[in-house]
Amino acid sequence: MTYTMELEAPARPLGAYTRPKANTGWRDWVTTIDHKKIGILYGAAAMVFFVIGGIEALLIRLQLATPDGTVLGADTYNRVFTMHGVTMVFMVIMPLAAAFANYLLPLQVGARDVAFPRLNALSFWIFLAGAVFLNMSWLLGDSPDGGWFAYAPNTGVVFSPGKGMDFYAIGLQIMGIASLVSAMNLIVTVLNMRAPGMTLFKMPVFTWMILVVQFLLLFAVPVITVALFLLLFDRNFGSNFFNPEMGADPLLWQHLFWIFGHPEVYILILPSFGIISEVIPTFSRKPIFGYPFMVFSGIAIGFMGWGVWAHHMFVSGIGPISVAAFSVSTMFIAVPTGVKILNWLATMWGGRILFNTPMLFASGVVSMFTIGGLSGVTHSLAPADTQQTDTYYIVAHFHYVIFGGALLGIFAGFYFWWPKVFGHLLSDKLGKWNFWLMIVGFNMTFGPMHILGLQGMSRRIDSYSPGFGFEFWNMFATIGAFIIALGVLAFIVNVVMSARRARHEPPVGPDPWDARSLEWFTPNPTPVHNFDDEIQVEALDEFWHRKYGEDENGQVVRVASAEEVCQDGSATDTHLPSPSYWPVVLAAGLPFVGLGLLYTLWLCVPGAVLILMAIYGWSFEPVDDPDGPHGHHNDHDGDEPVDDGSGATPAEETAEEAPVG
Amino acid sequence: MADTAAVSHGHGTGTGLSNNKLLMWVFLGSECLLFGGLISTYLIYRSRFGDGPAPGDIFDIPFTSVSSFVLLMSSLTMVLALAALQRGDIRNNRVWLLATALLGSLFIGGQVYEFTTFVREGLGYTTSPFSSAFFTLTGFHGVHVSLGIIMLMSLLISSFRGTLTKERSETVEIIGLYWHFVDVVWIFIFTVIYLVPSPTS
Repeated sequence: MTYTMELEAPARPLGAYTRPKANTGWRDWVTTIDHKKIGILYGAAAMVFFVIGGIEALLIRLQLATPDGTVLGADTYNRVFTMHGVTMVFMVIMPLAAAFANYLLPLQVGARDVAFPRLNALSFWIFLAGAVFLNMSWLLGDSPDGGWFAYAPNTGVVFSPGKGMDFYAIGLQIMGIASLVSAMNLIVTVLNMRAPGMTLFKMPVFTWMILVVQFLLLFAVPVITVALFLLLFDRNFGSNFFNPEMGADPLLWQHLFWIFGHPEVYILILPSFGIISEVIPTFSRKPIFGYPFMVFSGIAIGFMGWGVWAHHMFVSGIGPISVAAFSVSTMFIAVPTGVKILNWLATMWGGRILFNTPMLFASGVVSMFTIGGLSGVTHSLAPADTQQTDTYYIVAHFHYVIFGGALLGIFAGFYFWWPKVFGHLLSDKLGKWNFWLMIVGFNMTFGPMHILGLQGMSRRIDSYSPGFGFEFWNMFATIGAFIIALGVLAFIVNVVMSARRARHEPPVGPDPWDARSLEWFTPNPTPVHNFDDEIQVEALDEFWHRKYGEDENGQVVRVASAEEVCQDGSATDTHLPSPSYWPVVLAAGLPFVGLGLLYTLWLCVPGAVLILMAIYGWSFEPVDDPDGPHGHHNDHDGDEPVDDGSGATPAEETAEEAPVG
Repeated sequence: MADTAAVSHGHGTGTGLSNNKLLMWVFLGSECLLFGGLISTYLIYRSRFGDGPAPGDIFDIPFTSVSSFVLLMSSLTMVLALAALQRGDIRNNRVWLLATALLGSLFIGGQVYEFTTFVREGLGYTTSPFSSAFFTLTGFHGVHVSLGIIMLMSLLISSFRGTLTKERSETVEIIGLYWHFVDVVWIFIFTVIYLVPSPTS
């Protein structure tokens, strides 16, 4: 595909900027467009925000540990719980899912990279810009205080006069761009760039769930974009979208927010479902039970997630018919979720289960999410929900699904794919400490909140008076929260210790878990060019099928070792996309524009200059640097990345080696 | 759109579409929900005009019909621009690209005229929920048309620099997809706002 370069050649004179050359040190990380490095960047950034959001959670629990708490005060408390929610949803769970999606999706479909590597880098840097912008509100003394769902008119300029909700709206808007760009990129990657032979129904369940999530993002993000624009226009230009005095509908925000917000719930949980659908078969030594049902239930959740939003609004006065309809649809959406849980259990059933740390976390997801799912079904009964709305029962429910479901699944993924990413295992012993501290602390923190909620403790109150019977369980929950913090500490210690220990130990080898899917064809850690040869896919769990076959009695026997099946990473002629400055430059302009809109329009000038400069530079920068250095000591610098699957020769030899399984 | 430089005509991709073209289709899918949200908001607020002018009082349907016709004709010229480039006819490609951009600009001019007339007649942005919803919806559409004009002008510039050749006609096709989408959205907006009988005061 060299003609690309020839076509691009006339554009060179305008590309007057020098291209980044370094592939070591910080410069490499800032300019990289390698999906694996971007995945690591997503993960690292999200973990920093995880610590910030966790500290906010601990502050909340300290404030509520005793009656009439004085740790924070009402105003700061509002800001802290708002930012805790916003941080954990938009800056922790979503980017952590993006970390796994970025790193693993191209590998699981057998591709060289994502379809648009520079857009991929842009997504990450825009996410980081938005997250930093939103957290700058702490330093500028005016962080949002309207709750993570920011109900207007309460968040209008009358009731929230500071700049906090503007930070919220602009920050989420910026991060929304990142989600949207990333969703488009990954959809194209999965639909267009699968290895030969990999039909949609030979894709791993993780890839499927991520694909469903990207479609949810694609359609949900524009809805909150509209809502945030309307809120910004109301607050800053005096429009009347959420102003009941002028005849506006006070429920408009709630509808728009939850049409985004309920799909968002599945955006948070489905990546975790995908992760444990990889972990559970691997550690149960069995294929996933009912693969088509797993896929279709995920798709069904994706569709049905659009028809349940008003169950967040049962007490807002939407009328009995709406309440009844959304009540029924909410009960129905429990069906595909139940299908998934039964399939995970059936996968484990009769398997030779190995309880390594990833499997512990995965079984934690199955059990904890079931509790959260069941309390969710209780909300679908509108009369019961009327009692539960805005109490700690709701707080308990959504922490069981988001912490117990999404976050534990992400930790399962950390332990499972750590060798893939970093080339060494995390310690199983510390991992078990990590798991048990987290699961015990988690249940101590959020289990009692069911009781508190049913006793009538409101959510979002900054303090409560003694004598309502709230004291014991609140103190109990606070102790639990600090045990969770110890669990997170155990993870951080594990990361550091394992990295140190790995220096003195032999490499982990290509297949530490006897795994099943395509990403394990590459050595650990994944070489910069991913695959040496294209893989001809013939079965779901292709990697496993090349290792195992059947003997004459129909018994499953090992036919090849992992070392024989895996590629050795020695390819020397793989084309790599060249790094670029422009994604990070473009993203850096956005917070300036945001601050300019809030404080003085002059600040928009440097922001606009950065953005325009980046777009200009980007447009005239060839996708590949014709006379740049050769990216890696054993790699030719590259051709365009998108030709994977189109230009390369089919890997016939590889296919022939494959045992029929 | 920068990665349109990576020529890949979709041979061997999973969908048979090139990555760039599929990216545009996916993006347009997302845009449907953006306009869906704005149109819904307008529908909720069309009769909430308070003491301000009502939609039925203020709309000049013949005028807007003409400017809608102008916009729809720009889709025709867009098709002609693409067809010309696919034949390798650079000169006609430039002519039709320019015509498309001019028709789009004419539409934007009509919108500016309409907005200023409405403001003179007492329908400001902050007058009522109806006015806010009207200006926001049509304004968002206007911004989309304007971005399209910028893209068309960029195509013209690269044509005059000699880089917009027959081999790269897919770039024109992709920007054409965007342009047609913006036109189709306008058909919806025009129907919903102007043609469905509006409440009067």
